[in-house]
Amino acid sequence: MKTQKHSGISKNKPITFHLGLWTFAWVLSIAFVTFGSKYLWEFNPTITVIMILISSLVGIGVIITNRKYIKQIDELQRKILLDAMGVSLGVAVIGGISYSMLDTTNVIDFDAEISHLVILIGLTYLAGVLIGNARYK
Amino acid sequence: MKNRLKVLRAENDMTQAQLAEETGVSRQTINAIEKGKFDPSLPLAFRFAKLFKMSIEDIFAHED
Repeated sequence: MKTQKHSGISKNKPITFHLGLWTFAWVLSIAFVTFGSKYLWEFNPTITVIMILISSLVGIGVIITNRKYIKQIDELQRKILLDAMGVSLGVAVIGGISYSMLDTTNVIDFDAEISHLVILIGLTYLAGVLIGNARYK
Repeated sequence: MKNRLKVLRAENDMTQAQLAEETGVSRQTINAIEKGKFDPSLPLAFRFAKLFKMSIEDIFAHED
């Protein structure tokens, strides 16, 4: 019993590679702005703004490629990733606002850094994907 | 939602991997559908129906 094969899975490799490349380029651009402003152009505001704009453009590339990736992957994987993204978004909003309030009310001694929130989102997303994969194993 | 996917696959002497390849999804997806953990999309249900030359209702049944 054979029908026309659907190549949904085999298409994923190039888009995964592209997503990896865009993400790598974006991380590289952030590092370049962070360290370049200090060591290369000594906080020249014009160059910094241009580099941040370039980094943001690369970031838009990541978003577009990620959207393509989500549309192209296997439907169970899509559900797992979207579920994980939903939980991450909730944690980002609730956790971010709570963390900010802890800072503004001086409950915590240090400043609420955005990097802490990004780490929290990343870990939540990772846990969501792992739990989702285990659930549908 | 109940389904007869495992039975149909066995009747047609197919592995989960083969069915996955034929319908363009992962083996994990086939396994999750067979175990009733995941309901397939309508396009995927149509692909199963076309492959087994049956109607969707003959493969999938809603359970209350």
